[in-house]
Amino acid sequence: MPRIAIILGCIALAVLPLLGASGYQLFQLTLVVTYAVAILGLNLVTGYNGQVSLGHGAFYAVGAYTTAILMDKFAVPYWATLPVAAVICAVFGFLIGLPALRLGGLYLALTTFALSVAVPQLLKYKLFDDYTGGVQGIVIDKPDAPFGLALNSDQWVYLFTLAVGIVCFVLIANLVKGRIGRAMIAIRDQPLAAEAMGIDIAMLKTYTFAVSAMITGIAGSLGAVAVQFVAPDAFGAPLSLTFFVGFVVGGGASIVGPIFGAIFVEFIPNIADQISKAAPGAVYGVLLIALMFVAPGGCASIVRKLAARMPWNRKTT
Amino acid sequence: MKRRSLLTAAAATLATPSLLTRAHAATAVGVTATEIKIGHIVAYSGPASAYGAIGRGHVAFWKMINDQGGINGRKINFITLDDGYAPPKTVEQARRLVEQDEVAFLFNPLGTPNNSAIQKYMNSKKVPQLFVATGAEKWGDYQHFPWTMGWQPSYQTEAQIYAKYILKNKPDAKIALLYQNDDFGKDYLAGLKVGLGAQFDKMVIKIVSFEVTDATIDSQAVTLKDSGADTLVTAATPKFAAQMIRKVADIGWKPLHFLTHVSASVGAVINPAGPERAVGIITSQYAKDPTDPTWADDKGMNEWRAYMKAHMPDSDVADSGYVFSYGVCHTMLQVLKQCGNDLSRENIMHQAASLKDLAIPTLLPGVLINTSATNFHPIRSMKLSKWDGKTWSLFGDVITG
Repeated sequence: MPRIAIILGCIALAVLPLLGASGYQLFQLTLVVTYAVAILGLNLVTGYNGQVSLGHGAFYAVGAYTTAILMDKFAVPYWATLPVAAVICAVFGFLIGLPALRLGGLYLALTTFALSVAVPQLLKYKLFDDYTGGVQGIVIDKPDAPFGLALNSDQWVYLFTLAVGIVCFVLIANLVKGRIGRAMIAIRDQPLAAEAMGIDIAMLKTYTFAVSAMITGIAGSLGAVAVQFVAPDAFGAPLSLTFFVGFVVGGGASIVGPIFGAIFVEFIPNIADQISKAAPGAVYGVLLIALMFVAPGGCASIVRKLAARMPWNRKTT
Repeated sequence: MKRRSLLTAAAATLATPSLLTRAHAATAVGVTATEIKIGHIVAYSGPASAYGAIGRGHVAFWKMINDQGGINGRKINFITLDDGYAPPKTVEQARRLVEQDEVAFLFNPLGTPNNSAIQKYMNSKKVPQLFVATGAEKWGDYQHFPWTMGWQPSYQTEAQIYAKYILKNKPDAKIALLYQNDDFGKDYLAGLKVGLGAQFDKMVIKIVSFEVTDATIDSQAVTLKDSGADTLVTAATPKFAAQMIRKVADIGWKPLHFLTHVSASVGAVINPAGPERAVGIITSQYAKDPTDPTWADDKGMNEWRAYMKAHMPDSDVADSGYVFSYGVCHTMLQVLKQCGNDLSRENIMHQAASLKDLAIPTLLPGVLINTSATNFHPIRSMKLSKWDGKTWSLFGDVITG
């Protein structure tokens, strides 16, 4: 019971900025939600299933471009592009996953990293130039609130992104709690035992990769709507690494972890920039190391420890 | 008594709107009686962090202006932010500067994709996006984006300058063009078309493009040579420019070779290709090179060196980013001086488009800044320079594209 209360409280807290935050702050929060969803996708495959991916920026890019191209060239409304982006990214993830997942551990990490390096160049390729807009990218329009709602477009985009984000989080939370989730974790921890239990490891790994790519692709789609611009250079290897940092900082195999990871990757670079113009990268690095010392298992581990001390949890254990 | 107070009230009501409008015009956004707030975005981190030097140069420049008493009694509050060269971050920082910090305008944000990402936003908010640090032609589109203006010569302008030189000095040239198949390369193709005009079809006998994803451009070089051309224009980024110089020399081709100034770097292009292979190559410049001994006793560069010594003593004076920063800041300074006491966004934009023959200490002699309501390309002149085996040496007159 308190668990549901906490979740509802969190959602209420997330809707609260609509009342007071400025357009700029709402934009930042929209990005936080977007990154949280992207990291959630990465967390599923890396955290729960133990497959290290350094290439989720590629799926984010595919999602973003799907939305931008559909809106710009085919005049599809922004909300209708989400399911299309989800399906395309799932198929893309499945196809990448088929050969890639036969490579274990570090080799998979390298393969996916190569993917993230290749994507910006593929987006510039002249065959797709008419659609992708080449290096110039695509500028898209900002959606207004529908049904005559008394919200400005920043408020509406935040609300829309938040709603999609919550759906993604609930879906993944249910997925990992069930039979499939247990199988994913079993593959990560004891692949031999899992196989002995009759789990089709290759197939389940590939499916996990596809679902993970789908979630991150949805995030890319949301990101494109919020930023109103896509360009190849926005989706290079640094983006994939950003997701990975967010994943580790948030804490692996956790549903709330990605939220903390997203807050970190969105706001810490700004803080680093405030501290030093000469070497913001170094400040960022120091903050990252400091956080790893304070919370070795990621932010989620602190949350878990705090939750264990709550009175209602103590009674039950 | 009653009537008098009624009259006063009526007069007051009538007077109020005009008072309000006047007060509004005087208190432009981001400007107070003692301060002008300027926003700036550059990559201090990430893949393009070498450009961070430009941002640090700007900070030092405006600090110097403040130490000298500011502009018309107003100090500059210069807010510079990092976007890591990522367009989504540029959008976020631009929104912060416009909506939260409420700056008067954005000055010299860096990067083509980064400026593309915020151009629509800046224009819909009617906030000046002045003197952007990118060379694309599209920053002079005053009809569609009246709040955005470039600064450095565009790639198209540069190509027009080569075309003018060819028409004048080698009117019977048979031209071959190698261009990178992206917006950068296509700007050169467009510039040659404009510059050569009706002669384009006759003079340009071979056009070949390549992809940035190509491994080498050897086959393109051979194709261009076989066309029988005696003049070559290479619109390529440094890696491919170096390959081209090497290949052209190795296959024994000796055309009159024009090379985009993007790839004029000695360290990144000429040395890897072999300085002896590059002899005779022509490129163009608009600013003084801090490492060129020609400017050892130059008044403008002495001024710049004194400034560097006083305000950035620990910085590398060979970094052309600081020269760039000094030049673009000087242009901005002139705009703000011209604004006088009307620092509304409209007037800032109006004055930015009203620069007449402005000479900048760090630009080449004769390269003057001119803008108008229909010219949003402040620098349109360049001077050619030739590689003599050791350095680039300037020659000829200033040519305007």
